[in-house]
Amino acid sequence: MSDIADKVKKIVVEHLGVDESKVTPDASFIDDLGADSLDTVELVMAFEEAFSVEIPEDAAEKIATVKDAIDYIEKQKAA
Amino acid sequence: MSGTATNGRRVVVTGIGVVSPLAVGAELTWKRLIEGQSGIGRITHFDPSELPAQVAGQVPDGPTAEGGLTLSDWVPVKDQKKMDRFIHLGLAAAIQAVEDSGWKPEDEDDRCATGVMIGSGIGGLQTIYDGSLTVSSGKARRLSPFFIPSALINLISGHLSIRYGFKGPNHAVVTACATGVHAIGDASRLIQYGDADVMIAGGAEAAICSLGIAGFCSARALSTASNDDPTKASRPWDKDRDGFIMGEGAGVVVLEELEHAKRRGAKIYGEIGGYGMSGDAHHITAPAEGHEGAFRAMKAALRNSGGLTTADIDYVNAHGTSTMADDLELDAVERFFGEDAKRLVMSSTKSAIGHLLGAAGAVEAIFCLQAIRDGVVPPTLNLDNPARESVIDRVAHVAQQRKIDVALSNSFGFGGTNASIILKRFKD
Repeated sequence: MSDIADKVKKIVVEHLGVDESKVTPDASFIDDLGADSLDTVELVMAFEEAFSVEIPEDAAEKIATVKDAIDYIEKQKAA
Repeated sequence: MSGTATNGRRVVVTGIGVVSPLAVGAELTWKRLIEGQSGIGRITHFDPSELPAQVAGQVPDGPTAEGGLTLSDWVPVKDQKKMDRFIHLGLAAAIQAVEDSGWKPEDEDDRCATGVMIGSGIGGLQTIYDGSLTVSSGKARRLSPFFIPSALINLISGHLSIRYGFKGPNHAVVTACATGVHAIGDASRLIQYGDADVMIAGGAEAAICSLGIAGFCSARALSTASNDDPTKASRPWDKDRDGFIMGEGAGVVVLEELEHAKRRGAKIYGEIGGYGMSGDAHHITAPAEGHEGAFRAMKAALRNSGGLTTADIDYVNAHGTSTMADDLELDAVERFFGEDAKRLVMSSTKSAIGHLLGAAGAVEAIFCLQAIRDGVVPPTLNLDNPARESVIDRVAHVAQQRKIDVALSNSFGFGGTNASIILKRFKD
């Protein structure tokens, strides 16, 4: 796993209070990890802060799983 | 006596919960209160050295079994940061009260007949302070999505209803330092009117933060003379009193329609014996001469008492904040009770826990119920030299053994809002 993936996982564990083993790439924040819509807003803010990236609202809406988040951030960082 | 209720519906208390500077827990708080302990100390929530007032009644941290606050025992860790401290404290008291009552709605009708009315005087002040810093540092887009629901006063009621599935009236009182009494009184009326059979009611406050202390300091409301001797700072009616001591905490009761409580064999602490309100129409922070608003609130409570008179009232838990207004309340109580003042006892428990603002009235109503149950009147600490004499025994220093059948509790708030509630021994 990349550094980015590790860090994303850590943030998800911290913010949603879930067990690390549940934070798999395909895990959906809302369906699998117990987040509600406000949790996902806060999560995206935490990603922005941690990775110094801007995640516009329309992009944020498409980030539904752990993998979505990792892919988006990796793409931004590579750009 | 047939009780007090509109439609003949009587309201009893079947559960109590307290979070106070003396302890987390209604019984441990009561035990320490009647032992004469003080919950006042130097402020540690923030560094108060820049401010003239440096002492307060803070809820102690520690293991739940020892009366300390272990937040994770009340609020799941992942939810804690979504709520201001006043919600944490309110939930801790409310959960105690609900568990104490044993009331668990089993079906949809029961859930819809159970409501919540827990208020606060100020709400999420620290949260608002922190959020302001975020915005003023140019990070408005980083403001947490939980900022608003963390600060909103009615969110104790909201969170509690979600936790237990209480689908009845969901409400919150905001009347400064009268909040707790108004919540219990108004919630009782919802039961009397049939809007609910069970109401979880009370108040919570957590304003011991730099903004809260600085604000009350500016209003010249807080004691500043006893920073080096905190347990002496709160001294209602004493000639050396010089302002109130801020406290934090929460008080919550489970109110229940009498027949509902009897059907399920609930333990009954006492009955709501009367409730009255008034407004001063005088000044934003000071009561009128003779505290005639307090007089009218007590009179209104008696009017709704189903036939009680001042001769029936054994104990008054005073608003008694350790300010100049103490003697005005004393004037009003003396005038209201007339000859009956001679056999009255009155104390101010704020001498031990400070002024819990929006939680004060609820915590003090619970003390009244415990006084009725145990036949003990809690003391007024630090009443060394009364500023003025009175025929009323103000229970200086030490608790008194005494049979109490009927107690009245006063609460008055900024804006000129007054409320009195009567608690009485339950007799079928």
